[in-house]
Amino acid sequence: MATPLVVSDVAKSFTMHLRDGVTLPVVTGVSFSIRAGECAVLGGPSGAGKSSILKMLYGNYAVDEGQIIVQHGGGLIDLASASPRTVLSVRRHTIGYVSQFLRTVPRVSALDVVAEPLVERGEDRETARAKARSLLAQLNLPEKLWALPPATFSGGEQQRVNIARGFITEHPILLLDEPTASLDAKNRDVVVELIAAKKAAGVALLGIFHDLDVREAVADRVIDVTAFAAGKIAA
Amino acid sequence: MTDEPLLRVSALSKFYGSRVGCENVTFDLWPGEVLAVVGESGSGKTTLLNCVSTRLLPSSGTASYRMRDGQWRELYRMSEAERRFLMRTDWGFVHQNPADGLRMTVSAGANVGERLMAVGDRHYGRIRATAVDWLSRVEIDEDRIDDEPRAFSGGMRQRLQIARNLVTGPRLVFMDEPTGGLDVSVQARLLDLLRGLVTDLGLAAIVVTHDLAVARLLSQRMMVMKDGRVVESGLTDRVLDDPRAPYTQLLVSSILQV
Amino acid sequence: MNAQSNDIATYNFAYLDEQTKRMIRRAILKGIAIPGYQVPFASREMPMPYGWGTGGVQVTASIIGPDDVLKVIDQGADDTTNAVSIRAFFKKVAKVAVTTETAKASIIQTRHRIPEHPLNAGQVLVFQVPIPEPLRFLEPRETETRKMHALEEYGLMHVKLYEDIAKHGRIATTYAYPVKVEGRYVTDPSPTPKFDNPKMHRSPALQLFGAGREKRIYAVPPFTDVVSLDFEDHPFEVQTFDQPCALCGAENVYLDEVILDDHGGHMFVCSDTDHCEKRRADGHHGHLAPETHLASEETEPAE
Repeated sequence: MATPLVVSDVAKSFTMHLRDGVTLPVVTGVSFSIRAGECAVLGGPSGAGKSSILKMLYGNYAVDEGQIIVQHGGGLIDLASASPRTVLSVRRHTIGYVSQFLRTVPRVSALDVVAEPLVERGEDRETARAKARSLLAQLNLPEKLWALPPATFSGGEQQRVNIARGFITEHPILLLDEPTASLDAKNRDVVVELIAAKKAAGVALLGIFHDLDVREAVADRVIDVTAFAAGKIAA
Repeated sequence: MTDEPLLRVSALSKFYGSRVGCENVTFDLWPGEVLAVVGESGSGKTTLLNCVSTRLLPSSGTASYRMRDGQWRELYRMSEAERRFLMRTDWGFVHQNPADGLRMTVSAGANVGERLMAVGDRHYGRIRATAVDWLSRVEIDEDRIDDEPRAFSGGMRQRLQIARNLVTGPRLVFMDEPTGGLDVSVQARLLDLLRGLVTDLGLAAIVVTHDLAVARLLSQRMMVMKDGRVVESGLTDRVLDDPRAPYTQLLVSSILQV
Repeated sequence: MNAQSNDIATYNFAYLDEQTKRMIRRAILKGIAIPGYQVPFASREMPMPYGWGTGGVQVTASIIGPDDVLKVIDQGADDTTNAVSIRAFFKKVAKVAVTTETAKASIIQTRHRIPEHPLNAGQVLVFQVPIPEPLRFLEPRETETRKMHALEEYGLMHVKLYEDIAKHGRIATTYAYPVKVEGRYVTDPSPTPKFDNPKMHRSPALQLFGAGREKRIYAVPPFTDVVSLDFEDHPFEVQTFDQPCALCGAENVYLDEVILDDHGGHMFVCSDTDHCEKRRADGHHGHLAPETHLASEETEPAE
C-alpha cells in the first residue's frame, strides 16, 4: 500500500531568547509513517508534543533535525528542509490541515472561507461554492449563517466552518488537530462519517482526538507520543 | 504557474556614508507571491523597498526583473526612461501617505486614468469607463469620480491610490505601510480589499509594514529586518508561530492581545 | 534730429549688445534645430517690465536688421499700448521701418494672436510667452517637467484635457491649447486662442517664442507639424462664431466682443485690426459698419 508520509528521527525544541536562551526540548526521535487509507491518531497526555508534531508536518513549525518525506507532485520531498515555496505548494496540493481554531478574515463569508482552498487549487468559484454548500449542510450549519463572516459565530459554528474548509479538498494527506473539540454529539458523528469517507477515498489521515468515542470510531492505530519525549523537562 | 521567479534580488546593500541602510539582502519573488518585510523604524525595510523599486540606487548588489516578454533585465542597468516606463505600467507603488501617490488637485477619475493616458490611451469614453470600473472595485461610489482626492477621507484616498496603481494591470506592486495612519476599522476594510485584489489579479507584492497582523493577513512569506539586515525569513505563519531569531521572538511577544 | 536722439545713439543697434545677441541667436538656432524644445537663455533686463513682452523683444532685437520691416500686434491689434510702445522702441533703437500690414512685415512680434492674413516663407513670427512650460500647472517641479519632456512622458497633458471634459463636457481650454511639435515635444503655443493653432501647422513662416521672465526660447521652423492634443472621441475643434464681423463682414476669423453702451449693446468685430481695415478698404462691410466710408490712411510710417 502507498505510504505518502514518512517521518524519521525528527526533533524539535524551542530556544527562548527572551529567557536567557533557555532551550525547551519538545520531542526527539519522532519516527512513523502513514499509509494511504488509514487514520492514525497521536496519543499521549497534554504537553507531550502532539500539536507540535502536527505543526511540523504542516510546515508551520520549523524542524531541528530529521526528515519528513512527503509524496508530492509525483516525487518525494523533504518537508523539513523544503523552501517556503515548496511548503506552500505542498499545502495547496498534498497536505490539508484542520486547525483547532478558525482564523477569521474580516468581511469574507463563511461560504467563501470554505470554498477558498478549492479556488486556490484552480477550481471554478461557483463549483467550489456548490461543494461548500453541501458540506456546510452536512455539518448542520444553519443556512442563514452561510453568507456571514464567521468572526461572530459561536465556537462550535466556527469549528464546523473550519472542518468544512479542511475536508472540501481532495488532499492525499489530511492533518486533524482536535476537530471535534467543541462539537455536540450529532456533529461529532458527522465528522466521523467524513473521516470514514476520506479513508475510503485513500486519504492518509493523522489526527489528535481527545474525545475517546471519536477516537475509537476513527483510529486504525495510535502513535504514542510519549515514546518521543525529549526527556528532562516536559514542554 | 511558472517556475521562474519574477524578481531576483542579490546581495543588495545601501550605505549612507558609514551608516547602513540595508546590507546584503538576497531574495527571490515569484509571480502571485506576497512578501512582507517587517521590522521597526530604522530597520532598513523602507530603504530596501526603495532600492528594489529603483527609487533609490543601492551601493552594491543586483536586482533582476523578468519583463513581460520573458526577458530578464538588470534593474540598475536600465535607462531611466525604461525604469519609469516599468514603474507606470508593470509596477505599482502604494505610499503610506496617499498624498505622495496621488495628484491631489485633479479628480479621482483623472487620477485613475492618468496611467492609461500615459501609455497612450486617447479615448475619453474608454478611459472614463475604466476609471468607473476601478473606483467600484475599490469601493468608491461612481458619483465621486469628478471629486478631487482632497475631499476624500484617509481610507478613501488610500483606496483611490490603489486603484490608480492597479489600472494598468501591473504584475508587481510595492507597498510602504499601506494601512499606516488609518483607523482600525478602515484598516480592516483596506486589508480585506487588498487581499482580494492580490488574489484575484495574481499580483506579486512586497509589503513593508511594522504591523505583524498586516503581514499575517496579506503575505505568504516574510522577512524580518533589524539594523539593516535580514535576521529571519520564511513562511509567514512559520515565522510568526515559531519565531527563531531573538529579535523576531521579541517582536512577536510584543503584540498586544485583544 | 534733436538732442534726445544723441542720448539714444549711445545704445547699440536694437538695444542689446552684440554678445547678448549672439547668445540669444545661439539659443534660437538650437530651438530651431530641436523644434518645440525649450532652450534656456540668459534673459536680460529690458527697459520694460516682465509681462510686457521682454522675451519677444529680446528675440526680435537679436534677429532684426536695418532692412527689416516690423509689425507689432497685441491681441491682434496694432494700436494698443503694448504694440505701440514696442513698435516705438524698435523705431528708436533700431531705426527700422514699421508697418501694420501683415503682408509687408518681415518680422511680426505678437502678443496672443496669429494674424489672419496667411504668412509667407521668409517672414518671422515672434511670440511673447508668459509661461513656456505647458505642464507647469499640473506638475510644479521644473526638475520633473524637464524629465517628462526628455522621456516624452506626456500622459499628464491629457489629464488636463480629461479634466476639462469631465467638468465641462468638452475640452474647455480655449487659449494656450497644448500642441505637439514635429511629433516630439509638447509645447505651449503662448496664450493665443486655440483658433490660431491650425495656423501654426506647416506654416511657411518661422515661429519663434521668447519668455523673458522664465528665460526660455523655443521655435517652430517653417513647414513643421504642429498638432493640437485631443481625444479620439473629443477631437480638437476651433472656436466658431455664429455671426460675421460687425464691421467688415468677415467670416471664419477670430472675433472680439466690443461693448457699445450701458444697455447690453455689443458687437463682434475682427480681433485682427489690420485684416478688418483691409477688408473695409476693399469694400466689405458688416451690418454695423458706418455708411460713410472713411478713407483708410493706415499705411506704413517708415522712419
